[in-house]
Amino acid sequence: MSDKADNAGESYSKERRRFLLRAVQTGGLALGACLAYRWLYDPRGPQSLSRARQQLEKLPDWSLAREGASMAIVKGDNRHKTLDAAVEALGGISRFVKKGDRVLLKVNAAFATPPDLGATTHPDLVEAMVKLCLAAGASEVFVADNPINDAQTCFRLTGIGAAAEKAGARVIMPTSRSFVPFTLENGVLIRHWPLFYEPLARATKVIGLAPVKHHNRSGASMTMKNWYGLLGGRRNIFHQDINTIITELACMVRPTLVVLDGTVVMMTNGPTGGSLSDLVPAHTLIVSTDMVAADSFGATLLGRRVEDLPYLSMGEKAGCGTTNFESLGPKRLEVASA
Amino acid sequence: MRIVIVRRICQVFFLLLCVWFCVVMTLGEEWWQLRGWPVNLILELDPLVAIATMLTTKTLYAGLAWSLVTIIVTLLFGRIFCGWVCPFGTLHQFFGWLGQLGRKHRQRVDANRYRPAQVTKYFILLFFLGVAAWPFGSDRSLLTGFLDPIPFVHRSINLALLPAGEWLVGRPLSVAQRYYDGALVIGFLFLSALLANFYIPRFYCRFLCPLGALLGLFARFSLWRIAKTAPRCSGCTLCETACEGACDPAGQIRISECLACFNCLDDACSKKFLTYRIRESEAGEIKLPPEMGRRGVLAALGASILAVPLLRLNGVIGSNRHPGLVRPPGSLSEEEFLERCIKCGQCMRICPANVIVPAGLDKGIEAMWTPVMNFRIGTSGCLVNCVACGHVCPTAAIRPLTLEERRGVGRFSTRGPIRIGTAFVDRGRCLPWAMDTPCIVCEEVCPTAPKAIYVRHEYRVIHKGILDVSEKEGATLRLKGTRLVPLAYATGDYYVAPVSALDKRARIASNTADTIVVEDASKTETIAAGTRVAILVHLQLPHVDPELCIGCGTCEHECPVSGLRAIRVGAENESRNPSSSLKLAGKRG
Repeated sequence: MSDKADNAGESYSKERRRFLLRAVQTGGLALGACLAYRWLYDPRGPQSLSRARQQLEKLPDWSLAREGASMAIVKGDNRHKTLDAAVEALGGISRFVKKGDRVLLKVNAAFATPPDLGATTHPDLVEAMVKLCLAAGASEVFVADNPINDAQTCFRLTGIGAAAEKAGARVIMPTSRSFVPFTLENGVLIRHWPLFYEPLARATKVIGLAPVKHHNRSGASMTMKNWYGLLGGRRNIFHQDINTIITELACMVRPTLVVLDGTVVMMTNGPTGGSLSDLVPAHTLIVSTDMVAADSFGATLLGRRVEDLPYLSMGEKAGCGTTNFESLGPKRLEVASA
Repeated sequence: MRIVIVRRICQVFFLLLCVWFCVVMTLGEEWWQLRGWPVNLILELDPLVAIATMLTTKTLYAGLAWSLVTIIVTLLFGRIFCGWVCPFGTLHQFFGWLGQLGRKHRQRVDANRYRPAQVTKYFILLFFLGVAAWPFGSDRSLLTGFLDPIPFVHRSINLALLPAGEWLVGRPLSVAQRYYDGALVIGFLFLSALLANFYIPRFYCRFLCPLGALLGLFARFSLWRIAKTAPRCSGCTLCETACEGACDPAGQIRISECLACFNCLDDACSKKFLTYRIRESEAGEIKLPPEMGRRGVLAALGASILAVPLLRLNGVIGSNRHPGLVRPPGSLSEEEFLERCIKCGQCMRICPANVIVPAGLDKGIEAMWTPVMNFRIGTSGCLVNCVACGHVCPTAAIRPLTLEERRGVGRFSTRGPIRIGTAFVDRGRCLPWAMDTPCIVCEEVCPTAPKAIYVRHEYRVIHKGILDVSEKEGATLRLKGTRLVPLAYATGDYYVAPVSALDKRARIASNTADTIVVEDASKTETIAAGTRVAILVHLQLPHVDPELCIGCGTCEHECPVSGLRAIRVGAENESRNPSSSLKLAGKRG
């Protein structure tokens, strides 16, 4: 009898323990559910249509503004020579690139066309500039653009990728992670807009390299418009106000130097070209610290006046440079070809 | 080394090779990118591709001749291709092995017993071959690509597995993540085929695979085969625990079902009754599934005869062509294209712009998974200096063009460039046409020389743009009772002119709420206090010249109207279909 009672007692206590354990389990889960609900409770719902994201508001000033603007216009056909001569005339590359600098060369690689068609920055110019920067002691030179056609194909077909790598630079191609939303101070158009920030973030010096090209909507595509390739997203929407976007781009980037390549000028069918008959040799290379001045001179190579390209005056008004390039006292030189 | 170990090494080798060939079809200069690998090799070893295209086209295209090796190997040794080479088969074998783990001997043997439904694959094959050979006219259709395991596995890797892998790792194989319409369905079917192995090992191979059926027909004549050295054995069924083909080695072996996996050899047979030799089995053989029967064969062929008109009754090859069916440059006329395309996805994988995608059901069942251009999805339009797709196509459904031929230069200059379609401006959506807003991105990016998109200029009076001048002072016009948005007309695109003489316009430099400042005061002589003036916007209205447009779709890709684009490419005027031409081109005089 007593054995049986003991058994009953034991099974009772076992039963009780099991009950308590389950009660703790159930209670714990219920409490956990309550806490999770409390933690995530949002009585008002979303307050805007899209999530606010972190964004960038200022880019560094890469220019040598304190030293005053300068400009060189060199006649010649060999881009290695004309670039060397122009940079030398402005005081040598060491004035612009210091030892240890990380230099971004913003090229125009917009289209997947061969270099001879002049729609993109010429690989010779890229190579010459990379060599200059490395000779000045730059620790790193990289070439970047967010092209219109497929990026990889563009860098390959234009010869820019190969030229850069041959000279010792690296190509940074845009990927989905290269972009950061950016808002330009006082900007009307560039607001919360994806900016190709990866190369800019690395750079201690920025140099723009652009060809002179006919462009039906804006009149001409030169160094100011070259910064278009730093925008991502559906940037083509800005074409409806092309002069303002070019002005804002010029305000956004304060480059160390710009190089405007008028060795050969695309006079028609721009900015893509596609035929040698669109090109006319102008034997001219411009290097300037003032992109408005460079483009104002470049306009003359296309047979246009400053008044024909509203973004020049708008850029001047915004403080990006001067349309009166003669006021900079440009150094004019000529180098023999061959 | 035991023969099954050699077989496993061989299987893993070909599986990795297949994945590798898909990976290296990536533009770039890294060691794992394009390097002249024979990326089509496994597709070319597939005799179903060769034989089916031979039936549809009466020709054997270049690399497909490699499949003769497979046929001869099969005639000598049986279905070595299935058991040793086929990458899809290797995956099935692996998943089947996983599914068998933990099963008892009896369950394993049951999973591997011969089932009469294995005859299904022969009917599928006969149906496909019947549709391909269709003798009653020129409408021959190549449907093998749907189930042929080699295109199946290439399509799945190219369009679903690699892109999904890129997504998971967050590091694309080329620069940008790849996107493909319908990747979900392709990936889902691939996974379903693998999961079916948990139900019955090698489910796909045994019941569905038309290539397996074709090789089974050859293997029936094979010189060497698995055979029993005695008419009766102990019946232990050990040989069937891992029999890949479910070919009944313990009983009367079914030669056409045997995958030559050799799992039944060596230690598997407790008494070493089983061997691989030229002489037929002492226990007798069953050469082809008896379930096939004359009636079954006739039914499959009959179905194929009826299927061709049923497939084409939607008129997609005639007047009901899908206007969005824009094919890659070099694609043959639609009839010939459907005779060749095996839906392997090689062109879509190699396309550097990711602009070629598999067609969905909306383009018709036959066209499903065939290459079609989607100018919204890629990294740009079809690149005019690229001919990659035609050079990778294993069946020449897309012809290998030279750059000269594609561009229409050199000796092709009289015929002109290959056109894949024509761009059309949707004037109801286009910013300059419909919304008084300058744009012409399409003209800017048009890559032909001269541009196929040209503009006509218009100075259009803007909506609510008629105003009265109350006062004029130099270049400044003060306006009566109006509130303009400050600086709205200071963009260089706006002009002001008297309503009575709209061509006497002066460009606006700036404006406030009630004043307009023009750039050049001398151009406003005809305006005075009291003049009614109009604000004009300078628009460049895009037009397409169908003689110059090649349908590359760069305009559609770049159009800033982000939803349904305001300029879109249709298949009209494509070179491969003369009946789609838009304008009369006959020479006069």
